[in-house]
Order: sequence, then structure tokens, then C-alpha cells
Amino acid sequence: MSSTTTRRRPARGLSTTDLALVATFAALIAVCSILPAISTASGTPFTLQMFAIFLAGATLGATRSFLAVVLYLAVGTAGLPIFSQGAAGPATWAGATGGYLLAFPLAALLVGLAAARVARGNPTRFVLVVSVVAAVVTIVVVGALGTLGMAWRLDVSLKVAWGYATPFFVYDIIKGVLAAVVAASVHRAFPQLSARR
Amino acid sequence: MSDVLVSTYRPGSTLLHRLPAGPKLGLLALYGVVTVVATGPWSAAGFLAFSLVLVAWVRIPWRVALRPLRPLLLVVVLVTAFQVWQKGWPTAVHVVGDLLALFVAAMVFTATTRIDAMLDAIVRGLGPFRRVGVKPEKIALAFSLMIGAIPGVMTIARETREAAKARGLERSPRALLVRMAIRTVAHAYDTGAALHARGIGDD
Repeated sequence: MSSTTTRRRPARGLSTTDLALVATFAALIAVCSILPAISTASGTPFTLQMFAIFLAGATLGATRSFLAVVLYLAVGTAGLPIFSQGAAGPATWAGATGGYLLAFPLAALLVGLAAARVARGNPTRFVLVVSVVAAVVTIVVVGALGTLGMAWRLDVSLKVAWGYATPFFVYDIIKGVLAAVVAASVHRAFPQLSARR
Repeated sequence: MSDVLVSTYRPGSTLLHRLPAGPKLGLLALYGVVTVVATGPWSAAGFLAFSLVLVAWVRIPWRVALRPLRPLLLVVVLVTAFQVWQKGWPTAVHVVGDLLALFVAAMVFTATTRIDAMLDAIVRGLGPFRRVGVKPEKIALAFSLMIGAIPGVMTIARETREAAKARGLERSPRALLVRMAIRTVAHAYDTGAALHARGIGDD
């Protein structure tokens, strides 16, 4: 570990605590992706994967949550079966849902950008802003990239692929609201999470 | 819940097992490009046959190789039906054959590559980015920290669920998730403090 020649570094590197937060949230995303799904009234499996990704953004802010999701994707791609339904490896990228994987870090980043701006203010405003941003991200980023991935891999028109993506919007928007509410409590318990650095 | 994390890696001594992770991943990517470039039902059937030969060659049990296909099965059936209806058999075979061929080949990659070999390859691959501020040794630490944190976070999730059930809160996702999130963050701060105490991470 002899990095003696790092004369200039873009901003400040991650502190040890930041690294621990990034790694632990990557683990949380992994656990939420493979926990047995909560079955809902309509029969659609409700996993907490998207909740954990939004929670990372709303709790850690843009940089750390982006890194947490990238770390999760890297370890899953390396072969640890932590993608949804216990999938693993490059196969998940090759399948029909590769677009979603690509959307995850962006979703965390954008929610994180918004959350960092309001984390030190009124909790109600925080919940409102983060919920709305997560809902927009669900459709504009996750829905769009998921659609592009399916359209490409399954060779269907964008309209058909968009039709495959839409049933998940309602659930993911609910998960975004939940993540916002939970993150507000987390910020109250750990004010140092959003401390200005 | 401990049987959730079952790796698909199967030890062996075939050429694919011995090939370093980086070049092997490169070959897989190349295969992906080839399946995209070559169109038509015959090439897709050929690719799928080739991928299945790979499974037989590296001698991983068929059950292990094909089990990950289960979540994909519904999609495959739906897309086959849709493509046959919309564009006819040749397109259906082409689309689904390519998809399955690449998927199976990627499963062979995962079954013949140790996870730590792959993570090492990523860390090595990031070496050249040192100049722009990337620190490969920090990334290696992040990998091991994350993998080490999974059992702890899994325990937190399970205990939270049980505690909530005992109090009849399983209908209140908020109470459950707030507790899980707060314990997770506390776990992260504990890890950070432990690393700090050992002088790891900060320079």
C-alpha cells in the first residue's frame, strides 16, 4: 500500500468509514435481492432489491451509493449468487434484464443527488422530494433502460418491451416512498451521514 | 437461509478451468459479439449446440448448469410464442437460441471461475487507472469487506423479521425496515471503527 506519489487527487478520497458504509450497503442490496420475496395480494413477488438501492441513495448520497451499487454488481458478476432469484455471473447481463442492472447505479446516483440536498432540512420535505425523485427515476431511468435491454435482447419493439416494464412501476414507486420514509429515520439516528465534508 | 448463497463454481482441471479469469471473460465477451453479429436461425442453433458442448466438456452437472435458467424460462416461453406469432419460426429460433446460447456460455464461465480469481482480475484490470485516482488496493478491500458483511446483514434482516413477528408487526413494513436500516448503518460504523483501530484504509 505505498501510494506515495499521489500528489493531486480529485477531491478527497473515501475515508475508512465511507468505505465501510459502501461495503455494508452493497451487502444490504445483496441480502435484499436474495431474501425470499414477500408475496403480495396480486401474486407478484415483491423483493426488496429496488428498496435497498433507493435506500442507499437516500441514505449515503450520490457518490457512496453509486459505489455501493457498482460494488454489488461487480461481486455479483464475479459469481456470488446475489442477483435477484439467486442469479450470478455475466449470464445476468446477457439475459433479458441486463438493462435493469445498468440502471441500478444511475438510480442510486440520482436519488442520492436529490437526497443530499434535502437531508439536513425538514424530514417531511425530505420524504416528499426523495419519493418524487425515486418515482421519476423508476420510470425515466429504470423503466427506460430496462425497456431498451429487453427490446434488444428479445428482439421486440420498444412499445412491447415498455409493456413488459410497466407492471413493475407501481411496486417500485411504492419502494421509493418506503425508502424515503426509512431514510428520514436513519438520518435522524445518524446525523453524521449527511454531515458537510 | 444459509443455503441461499450457493456458488455455481465447480472445481475441475479442464482448459477452461485453468484459463485466467481476465482472458476468459474477454472470450465470453467476444462470443457475445459474435452471436449478435451472426443472424439467422441456423447460426443461433449452432451457438446453442456449441454452448451445450462447453457444458459437457467442463463436466459440470447439467442440473447445476441449467438451474439458473429457471427464472428465464417464463420469458423464453413468452418470447418464443410472441416471435412465432409476429415474425415466424426463424426469428423465434434466432432470438431465443442466441439468448440461451450466451446465457449457458456465461454459466459455464461462472462454473469454471473462482469468485476470488475474478475479483483479483478486476483489481488487476483497474491498475492502469491509478493515475486518475483509482486505488486498486482499496477496491480489493471493498470486495472483501462486502463479502464479509453479507452474513452479518443477513442476520440483521432475519432477526428484524423475527422480532417484528414476535410483536405482531409483520404487517408494518415501516417498523421492520427502519430497524433493519438503522442496524445496518450501525454495523457499517462499527466496521469503520474496527478498520480505523487497525490502521487500515486511511492514508
